[in-house]
Amino acid sequence: MIRRLRSALVPYALALPAGLWLAIFFVAPMIVMLSVALETGNLISGFTLTWHFATFWQAIDLYHVQFIRSFVYGLVTTVLTIVIGYPVAYWIAFRGGRRKSTYLLLILLPFFVSFVIRTVSWQFLLADNGILLGHLKAWHLVSQNFHVLATSFAVVLGLTYNFLPFMILPIYVGLERVDESLLDAAADLYSSKREAFLRVVLPLSVPGVFAGVLLTFVPAVSDYVNAQILGGTSTTMIGNIIETVYLENNQYPTAAALSFVLLAALLIGIFAYARALGTEDVFEAAAA
Amino acid sequence: MLGTAIELVGVAKDYGARAGDAPAVERVDLAIGAGEFFSLLGPSGCGKTTTLRMIAGFEEPTSGRILLYGKDVVGVPPHHRDVNLVFQSYALFPHMNVYDNVAFGLRRRHVAKDEIDARVRRILHLVGLEGKERSRPRELSGGQQQRVALARAVVNEPRALLLDEPLGALDLKLRQAMQLELKRIQREVGITFVYVTHDQGEALTMSDRIAVMNHGRVEQLGTPREIYETPATRFVAGFIGTSNLLTAKVERVDGRVAVLGSSADERLVVVARRAVEPGDVVELTVRPEKITLSAERPEPGSCALRGRVTDVVYLGTSTSFTVRTSAGADIVAHRQNLSTSPAAIGEGSDVWISWDDDHSYALDRVEP
Ligand SMILES: Nc1ncnc2c1ncn2[C@@H]1O[C@H](COP(=O)(O)OP(=O)(O)OP(=O)(O)O)[C@@H](O)[C@H]1O
Ligand SMILES: [Mg+2]
Repeated sequence: MIRRLRSALVPYALALPAGLWLAIFFVAPMIVMLSVALETGNLISGFTLTWHFATFWQAIDLYHVQFIRSFVYGLVTTVLTIVIGYPVAYWIAFRGGRRKSTYLLLILLPFFVSFVIRTVSWQFLLADNGILLGHLKAWHLVSQNFHVLATSFAVVLGLTYNFLPFMILPIYVGLERVDESLLDAAADLYSSKREAFLRVVLPLSVPGVFAGVLLTFVPAVSDYVNAQILGGTSTTMIGNIIETVYLENNQYPTAAALSFVLLAALLIGIFAYARALGTEDVFEAAAA
Repeated sequence: MLGTAIELVGVAKDYGARAGDAPAVERVDLAIGAGEFFSLLGPSGCGKTTTLRMIAGFEEPTSGRILLYGKDVVGVPPHHRDVNLVFQSYALFPHMNVYDNVAFGLRRRHVAKDEIDARVRRILHLVGLEGKERSRPRELSGGQQQRVALARAVVNEPRALLLDEPLGALDLKLRQAMQLELKRIQREVGITFVYVTHDQGEALTMSDRIAVMNHGRVEQLGTPREIYETPATRFVAGFIGTSNLLTAKVERVDGRVAVLGSSADERLVVVARRAVEPGDVVELTVRPEKITLSAERPEPGSCALRGRVTDVVYLGTSTSFTVRTSAGADIVAHRQNLSTSPAAIGEGSDVWISWDDDHSYALDRVEP
């Protein structure tokens, strides 16, 4: 009897550390955030829990433009990092030879410098009369009021630059695991190089791309540093809004509601994405 | 033989990895007949895989010509060569099920859907994998994966099938079963098989002809019987089964035999296949199972040497005796265990070893 009870409890006992971890670092903060979102009041008189759900609608209504913009920026950034990162990862994995680790190190090297400093460097580079535009304007190649900073282009550029390694590395790991004899086998079975890539390498690298998309999209959508440093008033992202509402306006419930909505939207997006791509059906489709 | 399927003329391959390295393939000349089961046999690193990959088109020879049905294919990429390779590691596509793996080549060649289906099903039946169409390679046993690899190549009905140690990863029992199966499949589809192996037993049982390779060269080319019974070099003699090597000087030439030594009770002669003169040193081989052990002096007329048994090893179906001859050579002789009573000859016994004149064989060249 006791033994049966014990064996029934073992799975739960084994899941306990992970469960605790999730509870402490995920569920508890979520609950705290949710309860803060449902409070009303101000910094001087204090906040009390009033179950004021309307804060959510008000917040979304007020900031839906920034929400949508953040997701668009995140999407464009993710697509760009795939377009740039995939060939780079492919080249290192299949053509890197003995220098593979050197190339990987070169990719990571800029990231020994702080995120903010790197982004500020872009600000210098792209400044209206900076190194780049200053010369172009001096040579009359672009008009005098041409500018890059404070545009969507600058923000997406910064995001793409900053998150590129998070795309390259997982794709590289995925490609690195593709046995090169599979390429020989494909060639032996009447595939040109292009067909071998499309039928064998590409489907086998999907999990790597999948991981890369998660690692890039999620932090890119919630990023505020790039928009802060490289952007302007027309490129504000939801991260910047949350920061302002929380730190400057001290509207804690609104900030909490925004954070909560962002998190929920990202989670729903990730699950939908995993369902759409995570099953083995991608492979079946690729094989046919 | 229905003509020549594959011909290698003076083919050499030097990867040029490091200066001073011997080339992977020094010089290979081969003509493989259509429908033949042809084996490349040799120790690790002798250039078997390299030779096969050159036929398949993955490597280009440094020099020489490769002809498929009389057409020079040097420079033709693998996907335009009408041969298929079965990889040592199988190289099955892990993201496709068995059916899609097997259909891969036919789809790339845009064969009609119905025909693909018919051919894939027929071949899966041939290799005994019906019902496994939807399985992924990783869900199959080693032997089943091997069959998929074979089916994936055979289904294309190539003009030649190249197999690189296809049974290397299987355990002994499965390997023996698959040897028979491969032979059966080859007979049924009638495709030329070029089979690479370093297992001499495998090569002997399966092949129509064998090329024994060593250091990037073909040491001997012949039927399994020729290779086994009349090895051309010391290397071949030693690589194929156990063999006894005796070195002796020719005393005189007596008709078709060279007499190497004769006395009152000992006699050592060898059939001279090439011109030898008194004073020449020859090296001869005798297979252990051709040697008769006896306590008394054997009938005159065969080769006979005296010696003392230094080692006896029971092998199950036979017993192996090591005999030190009066001249100081160690000779291994096998005797079938016909009766259940232990052999009268044991360690330390003085014995005669004898064999038929025709059962020893002089090697083509004497190596230092
Ligand atoms: N891609 C390569 N680059 C450089 N050297 C190579 C390459 N492939 C093989 N070699 C060398 O060529 C020689 C012959 O190799 P090969 O693979 O043909 O041998 P093998 O007979 O198939 O041996 P095994 O039985 O171990 O498979 C070896 O010395 C090997 O180190
Ligand atoms: Mg090999």
